[in-house]
Amino acid sequence: MDKNKSDELNYDVVNKSLTKVDGTALVNGKPVFTGDYDYSNGLVASILHSPKPRAEIVNIDVSAAEEVEGVEAILHQGNVERVPHTTAGQGYPEPSPYDAYTFDSKVRYVGDRVAAVAGESKEAVKEGLDKIEVEYKELEPIFDLEESRDSSIKIHDEEDSTGIYDPERNIAANVDIKIGDPKEVISQSDVAVESSCRTQFAQHTPIEPHVTTAYLDEHERLVVKTSTQVPFHVRRILAQVLDMPIGKIRVIKPRIGGGFGVKQELLLEDVASLFALRTGRPVTMEYSREEEFNSSRTRHPMEVDVTLGATSEGKLQGIIMEVLSNTGAYGAHSLTVLSNVGSKTLPLYNKASDLHFFGDAVYTNLPVPGAYRGYGAPQGYFSLEVAIDKLAEKVGKDPIEIRKLNHIREGETSPIFEKLGEGKEGTVQHIHSCRLDECIDRGAEEIGWHARDEKQASKAHRKKGFGLAINMQGSGIPLIDMAAARLKLNEDGSFNLYVGATDLGTGSDTVLSQIAAEVLEVDLDDIIVYSSDTDFTPFDSGAYASSTTYVSGNAVEQAAKKAKEKIVRAFTDLNDEDPGKVELSDGVLIGEEERETLSEFALSLTSGELETDQQQIEASASEVPEESPPPFSAHFVELEVDTRTGEIDLQKYVSAVDCGTAINPNLAEGQMEGAIVNGIGYALTEEMKFDSSGRMTNPSFFDYKIPNTEDIPDIEVILVESSEPTGPMGAKSVGEIGINGAIPAIANALRDAIGVEFTEPPFTPEKVWKKMKDERE
Amino acid sequence: MKVEFELNGEVKEFDVDSGEILLDLLRDEGCKSVKRGCETGDCGACMVLVDGRAMTSCTLFAAQADGKEVRTVEGLEDELAEQLKESLLEAGAVQCGFCIPGVLISAYSLLSRNEEPTKGEIKAALDGNLCRCTGYVKQIEAIKETADSIGGSSNGQK
Repeated sequence: MDKNKSDELNYDVVNKSLTKVDGTALVNGKPVFTGDYDYSNGLVASILHSPKPRAEIVNIDVSAAEEVEGVEAILHQGNVERVPHTTAGQGYPEPSPYDAYTFDSKVRYVGDRVAAVAGESKEAVKEGLDKIEVEYKELEPIFDLEESRDSSIKIHDEEDSTGIYDPERNIAANVDIKIGDPKEVISQSDVAVESSCRTQFAQHTPIEPHVTTAYLDEHERLVVKTSTQVPFHVRRILAQVLDMPIGKIRVIKPRIGGGFGVKQELLLEDVASLFALRTGRPVTMEYSREEEFNSSRTRHPMEVDVTLGATSEGKLQGIIMEVLSNTGAYGAHSLTVLSNVGSKTLPLYNKASDLHFFGDAVYTNLPVPGAYRGYGAPQGYFSLEVAIDKLAEKVGKDPIEIRKLNHIREGETSPIFEKLGEGKEGTVQHIHSCRLDECIDRGAEEIGWHARDEKQASKAHRKKGFGLAINMQGSGIPLIDMAAARLKLNEDGSFNLYVGATDLGTGSDTVLSQIAAEVLEVDLDDIIVYSSDTDFTPFDSGAYASSTTYVSGNAVEQAAKKAKEKIVRAFTDLNDEDPGKVELSDGVLIGEEERETLSEFALSLTSGELETDQQQIEASASEVPEESPPPFSAHFVELEVDTRTGEIDLQKYVSAVDCGTAINPNLAEGQMEGAIVNGIGYALTEEMKFDSSGRMTNPSFFDYKIPNTEDIPDIEVILVESSEPTGPMGAKSVGEIGINGAIPAIANALRDAIGVEFTEPPFTPEKVWKKMKDERE
Repeated sequence: MKVEFELNGEVKEFDVDSGEILLDLLRDEGCKSVKRGCETGDCGACMVLVDGRAMTSCTLFAAQADGKEVRTVEGLEDELAEQLKESLLEAGAVQCGFCIPGVLISAYSLLSRNEEPTKGEIKAALDGNLCRCTGYVKQIEAIKETADSIGGSSNGQK
């Protein structure tokens, strides 16, 4: 691998910070989001959520609600077909259990679905919801994760659910992977350290809540315009739940206002579709912020215990990682998030030969976790990176040194890649690109790591601390997910690019267009991208698992190469050129005899002068990745702790990332910056809190604090570009990795500052103060 | 009840309910740049200029706009606004774009009052605009960039 390839990149369109192709519309506030479209004769609808954490619905009386003027339809378990399914938008067959129902006779958390009302106005719908009389038989709930496995309460006792690992013990999913005998190895090793970390319920909070409109088109086909990351999975699950042919459903994703995983889920689409089918009218549903907190999806809270064994030099020999994951009331993403806790973390430290990764995802009567940026990796890295720092201390090495001694490198592999995939075995994989050492070195330099002992806190009552964490992620799900792309040549030499890929604000439409433009040697303006419409764009698994740049990008690159070949071949044939002697370069077709601009040639292809030689040049390609090359990153923080109040002043955050070629450096930096700040919120302030009946007590932005401009430190993102030989133009993906660093880096910095170990985020001033007090006593 | 206010440069009369929220009225009027993100005044996605001040339209009754001048991003097309839009795009400060109209309103309001804000003043002006995509880094940069270019040109004129 040429380590300096990034310095030699010579692209015209790729590796340039071009502005987003949808940017002008967005910055002008154009009506491009799902909720911005107006429909004549449209209805609105809302859901009646359960006030009980666990109960049987004995009776639902909707008669008074039906009488409300403006109420048009009511749905509940008595009038909707019961179809076991998963709400998780994953590739088919889904690895999540089929334990969800559009409406069920049982509710399993405060916020669960009970019924839904569609009406002429929000007011009518609200009155209708208020007038539904529900008789509940309350059942004893279970909230404690530890107790759930041994409880006599069975959260999913229905007979028609499938795919639950052990419903008798409330275990939705289980993973147990052993390589060698780590217990024995660790017991024999010079040094052993442990860490035990617990993470909290946290929410994605895209600023645009879930919103969906369903309607029947003029041919009575169901059209669902929705804020989703997974239009094709939504279509397939809708077909299953509604018992309709896939071909009778069209799902369109317009611009969407952020997702972060919470929109990798079927949340409103089934209900809106049922209303549209029953009333024949367009039906729009939009979650309020309170519903978004209570009844969308969250990050899986977890208990992650790590034990490391190493030589006295700090060389890792064995790692045991045990996970207990809280999957709330339903098992969406339970197995795959659990798997990722190990599969995205343990390969990083491949010097450890003996490994055991095991754990359960357990039901409780709490809100439902799902996919969330990082997908288990943040929870795993928290415990792992805290343990690595403890190991460094124990063997007397710098935290940087211990990591460099143990992390994976180019040409190397890890048995975890093969043993542990997404809900099943993984695939063998070697690392072809890794500049993690350089990430560490450049990050260290930027934060002033090696001079950190000389830096004093700004005030006498403050303590200064520095912390580090390194991590990797992946680029798509190998041999499972698929992306396709199609290119069509227009008469002026521009191209329509059709991709199933889903731009949820990340800029993937732009990145994919840049890749196409680069291959076809045209300007970015000559690529007209259209994405995420199941009627018009080819299949794509969707925007998750850091897949779009790598997987969809490869599909686009291949489709563009094919289109180019077809253009060259057509020019060769039509002009009787020698095969192999024609080139398309900078928008000009050059043969030995003829020379023509692409736009002239494109126009001629549909000209009557060509008679029967007229043709439409199109090309498509499907990409199924065989590998998932990890991006790598190093995160450094500098902070001060006020010893009087426990307040943390996060001063500087540096992250260096190897994401292969940055197709659009500005957008790649933006992915990192957004993920870092999201991670800082997760580390310092964000926590969904519940009362004794399982009701969330802080379902608003006022009480659930996500970072604003005043909360961010100085943030520096450094792109350390490598060249990934399997990626499009050397690229890997970068959507998730940035969120893995904040909690462990901050925890390590806190320990550096005040010598106290923090294992339960968010690290609020209250917790910090209490810990310091406990330590003194 | 009848209320009258200037919306994006045009004086209009509206028939509103007493409890009607300004956010709903504006969206019904076609001003879709005004986004619904929380309805509690916390996220800033629904910000509009009321007599030149950035305010969350979800915490205002439509009736409170009576006699005032309301501007949304649909009506924000002067040089400062265009410069801000360009800087936001160039800096890569727009990801999903859902918060951007609110950010524009806050930034416009700030730069209308203060041509040379410090980074601290920019952060303070934007502290009511939640963004989950960008981490704010490039948004702050873009506004500083706009201030520098505008400050630069007015300095040149002097």
